[in-house]
Amino acid sequence: MAILGRSARRKPTVEPVTLKILVAGGFGVGKTTLVGAVSEIKPLRTEETLSEAGRPVDDLVGVEAKSTTTVAMDFGRITLREDLVLYLFGTPGQDRFWFLWDELAQGSLGAVVLADTRRLEDCFAAIDYFERRAIPFAVGVNCFDEADRYPADMVRQALDLDDGVPVVLCDARDRQSVKEVLVTVVRHAMARATAAREAANG
Amino acid sequence: MSSDGKAGQGTSHWFDDDAGPVVRPYAMTRGRTTSAGQHRLDLIAVVVAETRADDREADHTLAPEHVDIVELCRSTPQSVAELASELDLPIGVVRVLVGDLVAQELVHVTRPVPPAELPDESILRDVINGLRAL
Repeated sequence: MAILGRSARRKPTVEPVTLKILVAGGFGVGKTTLVGAVSEIKPLRTEETLSEAGRPVDDLVGVEAKSTTTVAMDFGRITLREDLVLYLFGTPGQDRFWFLWDELAQGSLGAVVLADTRRLEDCFAAIDYFERRAIPFAVGVNCFDEADRYPADMVRQALDLDDGVPVVLCDARDRQSVKEVLVTVVRHAMARATAAREAANG
Repeated sequence: MSSDGKAGQGTSHWFDDDAGPVVRPYAMTRGRTTSAGQHRLDLIAVVVAETRADDREADHTLAPEHVDIVELCRSTPQSVAELASELDLPIGVVRVLVGDLVAQELVHVTRPVPPAELPDESILRDVINGLRAL
């Protein structure tokens, strides 16, 4: 097995800086579609096998508690430069996997909360989550063809968002539109960082 | 406690269908769910093959999955998430395997921006410009 033999002809590898943005929102709101619209790879799926025994909420009566759950996270990649790569992670839709979010959220640049005006309440949980952890996020209102359109301000009011939080109408299928949403998130993150720095410097 | 002596038969299917998948992926890690001295690897931590991994004959302590990881990372450094997806393994398993390879100095891992610290403003600008240029 000489699989690891093969030396010489290797160029020095570039070790990229990697960043991530989360894409959250209710089930079926278009998270994977959004990732797919800008990703250079078909959204990949990664899975984590969870044993229910690892979760504090379960009481271990009976063998049923040993059943497992597989949580899938879809993600995409955008190589901005050879040494700068942005990953987009769609968060698991089911509420009971919130604890996995912590790991996703750690070190993330920011988040997109996708909303559907017909089921606005589906994104409340995600908004609460990011607000509490002070993770910069923007709300993308995915304009489904069959849904009524509402101005961004109305959505902002309905969601009771802080003034600084950007709300953009978007089409999760459209690359240009998704790019704009992502730029909005990064700009918002940048503005927040600047404000924090200024506050710290008095 | 069941009064019915046959209760065991009724529940035995749990072991076959549901207990199985818990265990199987972790057989590759010999049951380990964490690796010694390893902080939890972020999903976007990048795994880079060391040059010495090229020169070294395959070691018999390496599982085929270890070899696969080194192979994948040799030409292009790969994130933990990409490795898991490419090898179709749970993230937890990939973390342990990568930990083994780090211990053997066959790969190293670049840490993403530390949590709670935003990347430099200049990097954020680069991200914005990069996105616009797509």
